[in-house]
Amino acid sequence: MAVLTTVPRRPASFYVPVVAAFGAFVGLFVGTAQGSGPLGILGGAILMGALAFLLTHAPLAEKQLRWIVAVVFAIAGFALAGLSAGIIGAALGWFFGWLTFWLFEGRYRAHLVPYLTPGQVLWHYTFRVICGAIFIFLITPILVVLPLSFNAQDFFTFTPEMLALDPAGYSLKHYRDFFTNSDWQNALRNSLMIAPVATLLSVGFGTLAAIGLSQPHVPFRRAIMAILISPMIVPLIISAAGMYFFYSRAGLQGTYIGVVLAHAALGIPFVIITVTATLVGFDNSLTRAAANMGADPVTTFFRVQMPLILPGVISGALFAFITSFDEVVVVLFVGSAGQKTLPWQMFIGLREQISPTILAVATILVAISIALLTVLELLRRRSERLRGMSPS
Amino acid sequence: MKRINLLLATSAAVSLAAGSAFAADMANEMTIVSWGGAYSASQLNAYHNPYSEKTGVKIINDESSPEAVAKLRAMKEANNLTWDLVDVEAADAIRLCDEGLAMEIDADTQLADAPDGTKAKDDFGDLMVSDCFIPQIVFSTTFGYRKDMVPAGTEPPTGACDVFDLQKYPGKRALNKQPVANMEWALLCDGVAYEDVYDTLETDEGVARAFAKLDTIKDQTIWWTASAQPVQLLADGEIFMGSAYNGRLFAMIEEQKQPVGMAWDWQMFDIDGWVVPAGLPEDRLARVMDYLYFATDTQRLADQAKYISYGPARKSSAPLVGKHATLGIEMAPHMPTDPNNAKHTFVNNYTWWADYRDDLDAKFQAWLAN
Repeated sequence: MAVLTTVPRRPASFYVPVVAAFGAFVGLFVGTAQGSGPLGILGGAILMGALAFLLTHAPLAEKQLRWIVAVVFAIAGFALAGLSAGIIGAALGWFFGWLTFWLFEGRYRAHLVPYLTPGQVLWHYTFRVICGAIFIFLITPILVVLPLSFNAQDFFTFTPEMLALDPAGYSLKHYRDFFTNSDWQNALRNSLMIAPVATLLSVGFGTLAAIGLSQPHVPFRRAIMAILISPMIVPLIISAAGMYFFYSRAGLQGTYIGVVLAHAALGIPFVIITVTATLVGFDNSLTRAAANMGADPVTTFFRVQMPLILPGVISGALFAFITSFDEVVVVLFVGSAGQKTLPWQMFIGLREQISPTILAVATILVAISIALLTVLELLRRRSERLRGMSPS
Repeated sequence: MKRINLLLATSAAVSLAAGSAFAADMANEMTIVSWGGAYSASQLNAYHNPYSEKTGVKIINDESSPEAVAKLRAMKEANNLTWDLVDVEAADAIRLCDEGLAMEIDADTQLADAPDGTKAKDDFGDLMVSDCFIPQIVFSTTFGYRKDMVPAGTEPPTGACDVFDLQKYPGKRALNKQPVANMEWALLCDGVAYEDVYDTLETDEGVARAFAKLDTIKDQTIWWTASAQPVQLLADGEIFMGSAYNGRLFAMIEEQKQPVGMAWDWQMFDIDGWVVPAGLPEDRLARVMDYLYFATDTQRLADQAKYISYGPARKSSAPLVGKHATLGIEMAPHMPTDPNNAKHTFVNNYTWWADYRDDLDAKFQAWLAN
């Protein structure tokens, strides 16, 4: 982007305290790890403040200075707690070098329009930091699981070997356990047998219900809609207990079909909602035109309506699939041990045997989810391109 | 039209395939409820696998023993029994028997004799605490501590009473989130004589005294609800010491090589065993009884001790206990009944607990909450 504003260098009374504040924040973590949080805050603030002042008054070029800081921090981290701390140190050194000059040279204003007040500039960056923080908050629990699943020990613990990036601390044995243990394989098979069928049922019923409810002449549309999406609103444990007693009487408790039906009931609301949303933009004169040309309603549905509402159907199906695939409460009630699904196996695993195999499974599931979403996004882009909706 | 046919055909095919795959297994399988983890693994190796090999019966593991009583009640209410055999602690077995949820079994006629001809009832001896209960193992709730967290210059802890000594052993501790064992230890370590513990607990003052003792460590205590938790907490160094089942601690120390030591004094002995749910249909009952005859004989009980450090319930099994299946170490010194470990032991009075459990559970939860 073009440089919109040239700003003079900032006074030390501005950037030194700001860098010191960041130093205090990082110092809190380093200090806590080394035994004393408050001392870490103090040390971090003083060290980083002094560093900022020194950097901006040193007789060397900026590039050299930043390299030196990164290397010094890396060595300090390595001396303090080994290889991984060294890497963190290098990253921190790079960050503080960059931050100091970014503030000192006034680069933070370079890409902004010149008439912004200092308050607006501050908000501009605060907003970004908040967004980043939310992102980190959402993603960290998932990221923490990934390395733990390669743990060579049987506990949810970052061992000293792991932290030192020693290959002996890592192992694929929990993945091996997942692929060879019959309990996990049964659970995987059950999940793969239940989820697709439940999804098919949800999509079938949900799509039909959504189309029916979008017809203006259906009486009590809102009331019917509310009832149909109630499984999403009623607390799951209530549905589950109700299903348990009802299915027991009907002879469905502890059967494959019972679990499929229960999961289909949970998935239907998602399909109804997504399909209803796409039907809002659907032009009913298209179906009338098709009828006018002699197509019967079924042909009209598959040739005209279905292709147009397909994105809603697919995303509804995806939600229904994930609901069934992730569901643990209802299956605990409605299923018996013969229908033990992956989430069930993970649940009892967490309770009875805190085994990192659960983390290995979680990692595999995360990978599958990412792959699924990527494929979906690629398909969506392709269909947009084919339909000429996007200039690319 | 093609698309509809295709859709219908696929969905029909999928549900048919799934349904038939399921129906095929139904006829010759058995659902056995147990505790999960290393314990279920030991049963799998010692009982389930040999039995399946011998008879072709497929055994499904349901790790629901912690909720066994509640779930069996719900199953009775719904008139829908999906379990064939349930592994429970002695006190639960007595409760289930009293409520008519478990079936009475005549050990002498329905279980195997010892190799020397001793009848099953005599072989199990005092451990047969209920007519519905077939004992399987003797286990104990005891203490593990982090060796590397013992304060310098202090003797390592030796037993249950050290958990109350915050001066000598500072740091977090973990206890089971239930009154059983904790109440007894609290009174015992507060100076009540071993013989008087249960009599004292019957009085309100006794209960108050136990809670007062527990109050001294309440804010330093993490309460565990699943038997894998204290072991994980110890492995993480989150706690200094914690109560856990001795088999879990054995697995952690000997198999996982964690720096953890055992503090055996005043370990709480308990029995675990099988109950057969009442009301099984004939064919399933016959299968369960056949399994029980096989899985509770002298050799099978001794085999289980190769995989986990719990003592076999039959007297005749004790001499057959040998080395660990994979580690090759002698198992006898790791048994809770070994003389070195059993200097001071506390025998859980399950009949007493069967009567007082519900009441004390409520009081304990109330105490935890405030």
